[in-house]
Amino acid sequence: MDLSAINPVLLIASLMVAATPLLLAAIGETVVEKAGVLNLGVEGMMIIGAIAGFATAVESGSPLLGFVAAAIAGAALSVLFALLTQFAQANQVASGLSLTLFGLGLSALMGQSYVGIKPPQMGKLDIPVLSDLPVIGPILFGHDLMLYFGIALTAAVWAVFKFTRVGLILRAVGENHDAAHALGYKVIKIRILAILFGGACAGLGGAYISLIRVPQWTEGMTAGIGWIALALVVFASWKPWRVLLGAYLFGGVTVVQLNLQAAGVAIPVEYLAMSPYLITILVLVILSADKSSAPAALGRNFHASR
Amino acid sequence: MTDVLLSLKGLTKAYPGVVANDTVSFDIGEGEVHALLGENGAGKSTLVKMIYGLVKPDTGEMTLRGKPYAPAEPRQARADGIAMVFQHFSLFDALNVAENIALGMENPPPMADLASRIREVSENYGLPLDPYRTVGDLSAGERQRVEIIRCLLQDPKLLIMDEPTSVLTPQEVDILFQTLEKLRSEGTSILYISHKLEEIRTLCDHATVLRLGKNVGECVPAETSASEMAELMVGSALTPPERGSREFGEMAMDISGLSVPSPSAFGTALRNVHLTVRKGEILGIGGVAGNGQDELLSVLSGETLTANDAVKLHGQPIGKLGPTKRRALGVLAAPEERLGHAAAPDMSLTENAMLTGSVREKLEKNGFLNWAATKEFAERIIKDFDVRTPGPENAARSLSGGNLQKFVIGREVLQNPEVLVVNQPTWGVDASAAASIRQSLLDLAAKGAAIICISQDLDELMEISDSFAALNEGRLSAPRPAAGLSVEEIGLMMGGAHGMEVAHV
Repeated sequence: MDLSAINPVLLIASLMVAATPLLLAAIGETVVEKAGVLNLGVEGMMIIGAIAGFATAVESGSPLLGFVAAAIAGAALSVLFALLTQFAQANQVASGLSLTLFGLGLSALMGQSYVGIKPPQMGKLDIPVLSDLPVIGPILFGHDLMLYFGIALTAAVWAVFKFTRVGLILRAVGENHDAAHALGYKVIKIRILAILFGGACAGLGGAYISLIRVPQWTEGMTAGIGWIALALVVFASWKPWRVLLGAYLFGGVTVVQLNLQAAGVAIPVEYLAMSPYLITILVLVILSADKSSAPAALGRNFHASR
Repeated sequence: MTDVLLSLKGLTKAYPGVVANDTVSFDIGEGEVHALLGENGAGKSTLVKMIYGLVKPDTGEMTLRGKPYAPAEPRQARADGIAMVFQHFSLFDALNVAENIALGMENPPPMADLASRIREVSENYGLPLDPYRTVGDLSAGERQRVEIIRCLLQDPKLLIMDEPTSVLTPQEVDILFQTLEKLRSEGTSILYISHKLEEIRTLCDHATVLRLGKNVGECVPAETSASEMAELMVGSALTPPERGSREFGEMAMDISGLSVPSPSAFGTALRNVHLTVRKGEILGIGGVAGNGQDELLSVLSGETLTANDAVKLHGQPIGKLGPTKRRALGVLAAPEERLGHAAAPDMSLTENAMLTGSVREKLEKNGFLNWAATKEFAERIIKDFDVRTPGPENAARSLSGGNLQKFVIGREVLQNPEVLVVNQPTWGVDASAAASIRQSLLDLAAKGAAIICISQDLDELMEISDSFAALNEGRLSAPRPAAGLSVEEIGLMMGGAHGMEVAHV
């Protein structure tokens, strides 16, 4: 056992990478749930994003194009969910679950010819001087663009909720759709837009796994990150910065346990492997003592009646 | 007559199976308080929804100050100076006052400006409000203020108010009326919907009466008696329930020193509640909605368990017994929420009869259900309580509110309870059905049952109860004999104006 092999700077840098897929998916789902929709299909949208992004990047040679395709694919799959729940009034839980199953199956089919291929690499940020600084350089200035995009998205979602009319209307729709309708807001339209946004974010999160975190394609490679994203949104009390905190915590424990495994700590690998899930949920459960911020209309279908 | 602000001509709106409005025409003058009277289901709400642009009329037209007016959506109606205060508040509990108001405006100013305007306007009309308070924490009267201020900030020409006083104490009603008077003096027209006749007589200049979607008459309320208006509304004279003189027996139910924490974030905690009711007595419990009514009912019915000796039946502690065990002992309850609490919406009436009747009517044996007997029981309820439905196999959801309410009350009354607890027994029920429900409660008490009737309808409580107590913020006032109580005394028992003040302008 040799713990000195673990480099804290690299550890922090890699935990940010490990956290980003989770962060992207969870921020998207936060917006969806704030609008009063519970989309349990995050895992399915992520894996579709993962394969769509991977395939596009491989075919076109551009990882950035891959991310664009992933966002479109995730949003496209969420259209299915939107049709089912917003127009056909289908149950949101059942529709979300079937979306995940559908996404997992479809991605396996789409990805058959991509197993074992290496995708094109995405360039890392390289600012002269800044990126070469010790400690701060690799942590703050040595990542790929998408990682910064994830943090910027968190800030943007927070600001939209807090300061803008769009955010206020979105929260109002999730809080009391009947009242929002009575005031003349288009509940269904707002919810569909939120669902599409959530789908695009989940797609990006999935592509981040297949293009950057583990640059390859394997069937079912999202490995439950979509489910953790769902739990994260709830335990973060629907607050964007808490989602970021939870995602980094998860990423951190994941990276630490991988390092511990490599260092040969005498704890069975299975326990180490489950630790990120356990610790993230435990911490967030403690943090989320006040449940009052749950959108009141979460998971309830809206139908404009008389 | 004054100049006409809004004129309705031949408005008709049909829904599958029912004509909600049938060629309704009338005019609202400038600066006039116009009452729209009618029973539940007379088509009042549909009519104002058409004026507010939420519903499109099938035929007919409206003119606003002589120009054709056909709002496609509420936004457009608001732009034309029509504002509406809703019957069931259209507020968002988790947002604060300013955010709620911003949502109802087209181009709200920045939050800080909006907050100071809210302060200014609310002081001006004698409705003080703190813009940064969370709406979920406000009382019903304050919530209504939020809605009114939201309308006033847009300088409306016509303010539509849909049953604004149903959630207010008498003192709060006074404050509201002063605000409306001030608005009228400034030239704002008000369309006032209510079925409370005395209110309309004090406030309104003109009244239009709707019955079954048709305009059946107009009158000047100040010159028309309440009973004449009631006849117009119902179409026939009403017989008030009869209360025979009754002897009260021994103590039936006894609650002492009961405190229960609030079950949810926006619920109410019960604080040190004392209550006794004797056999043959009807105890009326008044109070504005959200002051602990639901919580009290669930303590009495056994949905919320308490310390064992806090609730006693004939001196025996039952605080730790659940609803089924209490039913076996004769404590039955009919909660307020018809669909979802009192009845399972998608189950048939027979199944719903089974749900509460299985214990006392012995519809269940060794885990097997006796459907034949249950069907008979359901049919008996339908017959005895004049429930209008094709048969007991119909889903509870398919019944109208009043008919389902008759079924729900009848189901409990026919099980011969020793103690019956009802919450809002005639809420949303038309006048004749309400009268028959009240009569059945009186008859039940005459047979020796103790009845606790929780209601927000003070007229109803005065009509049937022997003693009266009021719930205010989870506290129950000491019960007093109902005969001879004045409206002011009742208002004070309900907490007065909840610290709200009248405008001194």
